Amino acid sequence: MKKKMTKGSSMIISALQKEGVELIFGYPGGAVLPLYDRLYDSPLKHILVRHEQAAVHAADGYARVTGNPGVVFATSGPGATNLVTGIANAYMDSVPLVLITGQVPSSFIGTDAFQEADITGITLPVTKHNYLVKEAGHLPEILSEAFYLASTGRRGPVLIDVPKDVFDQEDQFNYSVECEIPGYNPTYSGHAGQITRAVKAIRDAKRPVIFGGGGLIRSGASAVLEELAEKANIPVILSLMGLGAYPGDKSLFLGMPGMHGSITANYALSEADLIIATGVRFDDRVTGKLDSFANNARIIHIDIDPAEIGKNVKIDVPIVGDVKTVLKAILKKLQPGDTVKWLEQIENWQKQNPMPGGLKGNGDAMKPQYVIRELSRLCDGDAIVATDVGQHQMWTAQHFIIRNPQSFLTSGGLGTMGYGFPASIGAKLAAPDKKVVCITGDGSFQMNIQELATAVNNRLDIIIAIINNGFLGMVRQWQDIFYEKRYAQTLLQGNPDFVRVAEAYGARGMQASDEKEATAAIEQAMQEKGPVVIDFVVEPEENVYPMVAPNRPINDIIIGGDRS
Amino acid sequence: MKHVLAVLVEDKPGVLARVAGLFSRRGFNIDNIAVGETITPGISRMTITVEGSDTLVEQVVKQLHKLVNVIKVSNLSEEPSVMRELMLIKVNAEVGSRSDIQQIVETFRGKVVDVSPDSMIIEVTGDEGKMEAIKLLLQHFGIKEIVRTGKIALLRGSRITREG
Repeated sequence: MKKKMTKGSSMIISALQKEGVELIFGYPGGAVLPLYDRLYDSPLKHILVRHEQAAVHAADGYARVTGNPGVVFATSGPGATNLVTGIANAYMDSVPLVLITGQVPSSFIGTDAFQEADITGITLPVTKHNYLVKEAGHLPEILSEAFYLASTGRRGPVLIDVPKDVFDQEDQFNYSVECEIPGYNPTYSGHAGQITRAVKAIRDAKRPVIFGGGGLIRSGASAVLEELAEKANIPVILSLMGLGAYPGDKSLFLGMPGMHGSITANYALSEADLIIATGVRFDDRVTGKLDSFANNARIIHIDIDPAEIGKNVKIDVPIVGDVKTVLKAILKKLQPGDTVKWLEQIENWQKQNPMPGGLKGNGDAMKPQYVIRELSRLCDGDAIVATDVGQHQMWTAQHFIIRNPQSFLTSGGLGTMGYGFPASIGAKLAAPDKKVVCITGDGSFQMNIQELATAVNNRLDIIIAIINNGFLGMVRQWQDIFYEKRYAQTLLQGNPDFVRVAEAYGARGMQASDEKEATAAIEQAMQEKGPVVIDFVVEPEENVYPMVAPNRPINDIIIGGDRS
Repeated sequence: MKHVLAVLVEDKPGVLARVAGLFSRRGFNIDNIAVGETITPGISRMTITVEGSDTLVEQVVKQLHKLVNVIKVSNLSEEPSVMRELMLIKVNAEVGSRSDIQQIVETFRGKVVDVSPDSMIIEVTGDEGKMEAIKLLLQHFGIKEIVRTGKIALLRGSRITREG
């Protein structure tokens, strides 16, 4: 009997269906045409973006909300290179993505052909793994591995580069979702002996603190974390990536640590005798000067990636494993210590050091923190929030109350301006019934403003809140503090009228320059259908405080703002 | 301190670039690297010498493990092992100096593998100390060119570095 033969392009579409993919973000082009031709009459839904970078960010937002890999299609050459920032962003924040790029035909590879770029070479340092497919017969195994790698262990982006002729080649298609890779065996359950040591350390600690990050969210550990924190009466600090992993309005929550973290969180880390670090990587924005970070504490570090343990900070109890599995194991044997005095101390710090900013200016321009607080109040903990990068991002982390995991999307590691808006598009498509708010800046928004077309075309109810200070605010703030107010190239002269831009795309546009207008605009926006852009005109030279200068100890804090 | 790592990798396209790229982007220095096949089809063995503190090398090993095509990493410096390198040296050898050179070569149990009217190629294997010693002695005659394979190593005794 003749074996049934399948085209490479059809194999890809079938594999995506077997992996449960429903949505693809992408942008077609010459080398990827055969794949788009198969997509044309497949049941898979495709979101056409207006720039390939936005396709990756949207898929990233989709993945952060659903927990499943986001899928991206793009063409060779510039299509592929436009993905790079998005891929690097997902890699730094451990987001599962599978990216499929068209490549020039096999016989042209290496000849500097039209729209040729060595995308596997280019993305080597920013992917968890990548593949250049030599023949269609390899596709089933490669696709299966790609989904497995992206969505297990420490999550990350995987890229598959497919030469145009391979899409059209025929071979047998036997697909198995299960796969085995000899060099890849993530450890999920923690070492029993280390777990016992962790339990003892928690029992004996007088000043313990939980420091959680994005790993909590990727592993779905929020409920276990909550139970642990509350049973043992241990306060919780969350990194930027971890926000939402523990309810932001609970009394044990101390906020975010580090450069723009809450004063209490930084004091608590500095004074703690035990840090239970879960799914964090001790980024320099968190630790400040490494030599003086948490000098009084023993550190338990739970992480799925062994290479993160001991990378930046010396660890006393290393536990390689899935955060949720390990926390569950600890919870089973948990012997709560006495933390009453410690919690009193913390409460004192909290009373003495409320988050600065957000107070009404006396007749001055509107404070940006006010806008964030209003957005937070009116969303009432029930929204998915995507941010861009800069001052508005830090104000959101400080003032927006995030209650649920997978509902705060931000570019933490790479700090990619232009991330927020496309990520919010991915989020809305992932959770159509959820309120989705994109908090952005006048600088960041213009890095992917073209996606208004995508949002309008797909009738996505997204509120885009521009915290418009007419500056590249965070860079200006550093010029203010560290460069004698020499504002080199940070004044955004020539900004467009955002209301009219929105309208030109067919979206709703509004502007608010004072507190009353701001509240009214947000309330109005929540009633609208489709994307709404609100241009919040705010105090141009407001700085983000508290602040720890780079490479300073995190308890050496510039208080600043309206409490300085 | 110098560490010698035995790295078993899947013999897939780009695997050398992945390993080399990892070292350069994380700021680790490769002293030398030797790559060759193993007795298992589809598996290659890289022997990588890296200089650095124990903490740094621990990080190197962990990062290597994260590469999907890397199956196993062992630090052979932590255990008794045999380490060898092969070097070819082209040295000036006028008629008058040949016997002197020959004597040095014999002392080091090397081999003369090519002779021309004014030069010789000498093959020598051994550990790093031996390489440096013979180089020093031959410098006197004028070394024209050197090529080295990089270090390779095996654990002593019957134990092996295997994939599983």
